[in-house]
Amino acid sequence: MEWEVVIGLEIHAQLATKSKIFSGSSTAFGAEPNTQASLVDLGLPGVLPVFNAEALAMAVKFGCAIDAQIGKVSIFDRKNYFYPDSPKGYQTTQLNHPIVGMGSIDVTLEDGTTKRINVTRAHLEEDAGKSLHEDFHGQSGIDLNRAGTPLIEIVSEPEIRSAKEAVAYFKKMHSIVTYLGICDGDLSQGSMRCDCNVSLRPKGQEEFGTRTEIKNVNSFRFVEQAINVEIERQRDILEDGGTITQETRLFDANKMETRSMRSKEVANDYRYFPCPDLLPVVIDDEYIQAIRSTLPELPDQKKQRLMDENGLSEYDADVLSATREMADYFEAVAQACGDYKLAANWVMGELSAALNKNEVDIKVSPVSAEQLGAMIARIIDNTISSKGGKDVFAALWDKKGDDVDTLIDSLGLKQVSDSGAIEAIVDDVIANSPKQVEQYVSAEPDKRGKMVGFFVGQVMKASKGTANPGMVNKVLKEKLDAKC
Amino acid sequence: MALHNLTLTQISKGLEAGNFTSVEITQHFLDRIKQLDQGDNGLNSFITVTQDQALADAKAADERRSAGNATSWTGVPFAHKDIFCTDGVLTTCGSKMLGNFVPPYDATVVENMKREGAVCLGKTNMDEFAMGSSNESSFFGPVKNPWNKETIPGGSSGGSAAAVAARLVPAATGTDTGGSIRQPSALCGLTGLKPTYGRCSRWGMIAYASSLDQAGPMARTAEDAAMMLNVMASFDTKDSTSIEQDVPDYTATLNDDIAGKVIGLPKEFFPESLNGEMKQTMMSAIAEFEKLGCTVKEISLPSTDLAIPAYYVVAPAECSANLSRMDGVRFGYRCEDPKDVEDLYKRSRGEGFGDEVKRRIMIGTYALSTGFYDAYYVKAQKIRRLIKNDFVKAFQEVDFIMGPVTPSPAFKIGEKSGDPVEMYMEDKFTLSCNLAGLPGMSIPAGQINGLPVGLQIMGDYWSEAAMLNAAHKFQQATDFHNAAPQGIE
Repeated sequence: MEWEVVIGLEIHAQLATKSKIFSGSSTAFGAEPNTQASLVDLGLPGVLPVFNAEALAMAVKFGCAIDAQIGKVSIFDRKNYFYPDSPKGYQTTQLNHPIVGMGSIDVTLEDGTTKRINVTRAHLEEDAGKSLHEDFHGQSGIDLNRAGTPLIEIVSEPEIRSAKEAVAYFKKMHSIVTYLGICDGDLSQGSMRCDCNVSLRPKGQEEFGTRTEIKNVNSFRFVEQAINVEIERQRDILEDGGTITQETRLFDANKMETRSMRSKEVANDYRYFPCPDLLPVVIDDEYIQAIRSTLPELPDQKKQRLMDENGLSEYDADVLSATREMADYFEAVAQACGDYKLAANWVMGELSAALNKNEVDIKVSPVSAEQLGAMIARIIDNTISSKGGKDVFAALWDKKGDDVDTLIDSLGLKQVSDSGAIEAIVDDVIANSPKQVEQYVSAEPDKRGKMVGFFVGQVMKASKGTANPGMVNKVLKEKLDAKC
Repeated sequence: MALHNLTLTQISKGLEAGNFTSVEITQHFLDRIKQLDQGDNGLNSFITVTQDQALADAKAADERRSAGNATSWTGVPFAHKDIFCTDGVLTTCGSKMLGNFVPPYDATVVENMKREGAVCLGKTNMDEFAMGSSNESSFFGPVKNPWNKETIPGGSSGGSAAAVAARLVPAATGTDTGGSIRQPSALCGLTGLKPTYGRCSRWGMIAYASSLDQAGPMARTAEDAAMMLNVMASFDTKDSTSIEQDVPDYTATLNDDIAGKVIGLPKEFFPESLNGEMKQTMMSAIAEFEKLGCTVKEISLPSTDLAIPAYYVVAPAECSANLSRMDGVRFGYRCEDPKDVEDLYKRSRGEGFGDEVKRRIMIGTYALSTGFYDAYYVKAQKIRRLIKNDFVKAFQEVDFIMGPVTPSPAFKIGEKSGDPVEMYMEDKFTLSCNLAGLPGMSIPAGQINGLPVGLQIMGDYWSEAAMLNAAHKFQQATDFHNAAPQGIE
């Protein structure tokens, strides 16, 4: 039987607020356990939450960016469950009245087509702490530094049809929240995590099959792998005539399998009810408009601009706008050198090759955007050749120097563009190559063009590669043709 | 007059006049606590007495007075209900669960009192997590009513009530979720006020039912209650449900004329079944208000009967979540040698909570469960709106609503402890104030069988000053508030 895959994603993104969603503690990552947990985060008796206005602004900003309905009255609810890293015994979240309602994003699929995927909702909630299962005298440790970090949970409609589409959607969300500056997007630190709901149904059937939820997948690659592994597992069961159990599963990247979490967790009744310690969050059009007016250029808009105004191809514009880091780097290079096309060639060529080869993230590129831009500017003003540019780039990459102009000098890459100096070299070369001059003169005029190459080579050699090739060509032609 | 018979206001004035020092009066009350509260025959109104700290604070207060920057509260002794977190001082909430809990911070109400230089003598006994109407659910044992040691003092602020009635302190803080200030005030012959929801900060006040809990003063007179509310009340950015509303000087308007005020008597508060003596006592107290120029009008609050069922859904639902943090993980009671985390939760909570707390957690858990939520919680919230609407309508016609606080005077220790529903009926006249968020007050209105009973005064939102004014005028004209239990001299 032919099966259709149905996927919906729930993405948790930590908001980059300075303090937590309901307390004044810092949200900085990596501090000693429990040093960034206030009375509120520890859930001591008597403490009360106060909602952080910065988290509200960020969530509304996200809603505006995906063209969603914004909840003018949103309500926090308590989701009750016991777990050691959930200090209050409930999580404060939004069930029936989320801050962000229905919206959508467009994702580019592998074949270059665009697909619109609807977002059901996005709500605000608090992150939990972490259980540390190293041995503490036979007990587990609890670190509540992360407890109370604001999250938005972005829930997609079940409109995704393959693991690759899921990754494209996740990447696009990653790009949007990082463009907005509301999330640092650092997947390795858990700043964004993804729950994947997967089900299969016979092609053509309208009704959904039973789904499973793969929890807490934390990289683009794992999302693709986890979903594919789960699709295979479900297909095998269904084709053997079995049925799928609705449950929560975990992805094990080492064993390349998903496996069931304890069924008890699935059977939890969370007993949601409105949190009586927090008032409904009421916002008006004016507030939403003020936030909307602060929206930066988003990935789709940037791509369009790079094509329409800066003359880049669709492919280049797509690559260069895909992530905030790439886009920021590229824009800085383009600004510094003033030539978008040349900047695009260098960023997508030499730089990307070096980054890939050395497995370095663009965020920590050894060659800064300013350096690369400055170097390209020297190509544009003819100070160095493209070839010389590659040498400067290599030197910058290897940290042989910081300053482009100093490197050009020390590497002796400055092109000779002084016509007198070039003429002198050309005269020398012509004088020393009587045989080749003879051949040139006696050749058919339309074959002479090719023969200039030899002389150019000699001139470049004599100038140790510093002669401006354009000028060399021009002067050589003039002088040789004068002999004909 | 013996120092302990002075009212809060008189003590404040006496300190100001230099009649005695804070250290002297603090020592006097500490001696009384030792003598009357402790031991088998004691009232058991205190869980913790902070003798050393109190004397140090009293000394500091005397110094502050010498330095010339004393306020009316500087050096005045009082006590906190053990529901308020006190930095460095054991705060149990009447529970074994918090039997070892020493908070690292002060509740806002505690901070407000400290700022004035008031001298806290200790933490008073209470029903466990404020769940109870008799103070019998305290892990630290029942409190005796100083009017008759065989009877209960009311609850949940029973320790505060007994301590003030026995002149162990001139005043104490209380909290009121369904009547926990007014009912013990009534049964111990005190003046107690539950303010409008949002008037006093809930920061640091251990939550029972967050949408109903409110702190307030328990004292002997309306004048004293006004002096206390002046300091307890504040807008607090740490409590999102605190309301930004100026705190007036509640003592400034105590003597305003109340002639012409209209008193509403809801027929639902005077049912056929009401104890005849209670009805008579109430009516003669109300007649005093008529003598002061008030007029009386019969009104109806038709949803009154729904208050008990609504309350016993909303309060348990909220408490079932509020008490989840008592899990044995980060503070409080932890069972011995837990096998795993599941066992840790089950036994810590099973061993740490008393029966009434468990009962309410279970009721609340049930009411919030899938399939029951709409039938219970949502319906109870609708009832709350009906109750509130009744009052809003009534206050378009009347200035105050009056009636009994309790159906009867204090009952015997053990009399109702086996029958929770009977116990819940104790709150039938007090619950609707909390459900509506309105201020309510109890003032001494006479005695039945030698035991005090209280008249309840309810006012519109933010009308505490007017209520205290009316109560004060009543107390100027009557003597009920001066009655004292025997054997406390």
